[in-house]
Amino acid sequence: MSAATEALGRRRVGVGEAVTSWIRRSPWIVALIGLLVVFFAITKMLVPNYGAPGVQALGISILPNALAAVAQAIVVISGGIDLSVGSMMALTSVVSAVLMKGQSDIFAVGVVLGTLALGVLLGAINGALIVATRVPDIVVTLAMSFVWAGVALLIIHTPGGGAAPWLMETIRGPLVSEWIPRGLVVLAVLVGAIWIPLRRSNLGLSLFAIGSNRLAAFRSGVPVDRMKIVSYALTGLFSSLAGLALTANTGNASPVPGPYTLESIAAIVLGGVSLAGGRGGVVGPILAVAVLYLIRIDLQFIGINPNFGTVVQGVILIGVVMLGSFLALRRVRP
Amino acid sequence: MTSVGTGTAERNPWLTRATWRRILRDQPLIPLSGLLIALVIVLQLVQPGIVTASWAGVIVRQAVPLAILAGCQTLAMLTGGIDLSVGAVASMAAFVMATLVNGQGPVVAVLAGLGVALAAGVVTGVGIGVFKVHPLIMTLGMSLVVLGLVAVYQLAMVLSGVVIPDPILWLGSETSFGFLPNSLFLFVPLSAVIVLGLRRSGYGRLLFAVGDNAIAARLAGVRIWQVLIVLYTLSALLAAIAGFLIAGLNKTASPALVESAVLPSVAAAVIGGTSILGGRGGFAGTIVGALILTLLTTLLTTLNMPEAMRQVLFGAIIVVVAAAYTRVTGEA
Repeated sequence: MSAATEALGRRRVGVGEAVTSWIRRSPWIVALIGLLVVFFAITKMLVPNYGAPGVQALGISILPNALAAVAQAIVVISGGIDLSVGSMMALTSVVSAVLMKGQSDIFAVGVVLGTLALGVLLGAINGALIVATRVPDIVVTLAMSFVWAGVALLIIHTPGGGAAPWLMETIRGPLVSEWIPRGLVVLAVLVGAIWIPLRRSNLGLSLFAIGSNRLAAFRSGVPVDRMKIVSYALTGLFSSLAGLALTANTGNASPVPGPYTLESIAAIVLGGVSLAGGRGGVVGPILAVAVLYLIRIDLQFIGINPNFGTVVQGVILIGVVMLGSFLALRRVRP
Repeated sequence: MTSVGTGTAERNPWLTRATWRRILRDQPLIPLSGLLIALVIVLQLVQPGIVTASWAGVIVRQAVPLAILAGCQTLAMLTGGIDLSVGAVASMAAFVMATLVNGQGPVVAVLAGLGVALAAGVVTGVGIGVFKVHPLIMTLGMSLVVLGLVAVYQLAMVLSGVVIPDPILWLGSETSFGFLPNSLFLFVPLSAVIVLGLRRSGYGRLLFAVGDNAIAARLAGVRIWQVLIVLYTLSALLAAIAGFLIAGLNKTASPALVESAVLPSVAAAVIGGTSILGGRGGFAGTIVGALILTLLTTLLTTLNMPEAMRQVLFGAIIVVVAAAYTRVTGEA
């Protein structure tokens, strides 16, 4: 124990210093946390009794969006973009709900695992098509978004299916304290179990490398094409997790894709991921999803016509990207 | 062609791969027209007696608005962009027009429809040209903004009915001499202007230049932001015209009238040989692409395919055709 502490102590001077250096290294995330606090304060001012139930609602509501944002972040960091995230969510959600309806809990476990495998497969198909055809990512994923949504519609025409009770329990309600929604715990566990080990491995480094400079990555011996497929497969995996979250959230599945693709793009840009690739992480996008959610419910609390919500979302999307490209321009020529 | 025998493929320069490649790259109209004729023949075989002059009129009438929307994509794609807001803008123009007819009269209504489209196009153009937002994100965001605003407008105008003025109905859904769709009276001059404008006018060349090599164009003194603002404004105006025609064709207007035509419009431009990377393509191919898609839809309807299957096929067709073009032209 003491030896281990000493070994650590040689590299890291102390907790306080580590925190300050982290803050210095990630100003964007600190700013987002600040923004989040500001919007919590605004919400609290608008609705004085906003408290634990509100936080729990937030935990459930942002889970699909946050997972979609993580999915989009991974592929954009690797230098691509996936416009089929929303459609893959719809398809995986439909498949899981249809298979799970009226089945036993054990069977449902198999369905969940199968759905995740399906997500990886869908993503890998997207990536393989891009690599094999050399058609730009945008065109392929835009076209595939219609293919996946069409397949979802072929499976069921109207919302239907069901979800296993344990799956719904996993993301609903609080854990330990009423201020800790299970949805957020699930999110933290999923991201911690999949993304963080990945980020620290050679694979994660390669993903950043192909997004940052494809040619340099190729010349350093990174299997560029294979990594591209892997990045899309990971996006598919997180899209299927988001799809499962949709199923678990509502207890059934809708074959019509929600606005998740667009919001995932807005969230990653607001979350500090560069659309040019090679820069960013997944924590920023998740915080951004929470900020976007709070903006939306604040608008509701003010009593603005809900249709303006769509307008605001579009304006935020454009505004955030404009701000991002403005900052990027400043960074290029100081 | 008199000495047709063994080994024609080697001897006859008509059939070498390089020649095919050149035809597909430089003259996509030739293979596309072949495909169009093949589709007509297949339709005739599937349902004998379906191909008549009035049937052709119906097909053309449906294809014209799609071709105009695909024209928006063609112009945007020549510069390396894409305009996914055409559906929202076209629906908005048609809906604003239809709600104002009762109170303000048809002329003001049509002008107002064009005006709102113009405003949306300028905003899109400024975002893409000046603020350098990626066209895809800018136009997707704009379509959200437009859809939301139209929904708010719809609530405000709930009392004024939706009326399509007679001239628009005449243009959109009626035919002359029993088979000639009236929309052609608008479409033929319009497409002539676009085709010639792209080939001969300075602005047309600027679009190709920006898409082919934006840096070279900038160094040559092109003010790219001005080109882009004009481009997306033109695109929105074309979308508004298509929206009017679709309103005339369907004899109604709603905030989601044209939304389902967005992907087919991209597909028509891609099939017509316009590269999404910019710098290659033209409107003539796009028109044939729109006709091919309309025929394909008819064929799928004849075969009783569900709407979802059509979506799947359209998506697959875009990937396959785009892949074929990238392979043939050697772009990467």
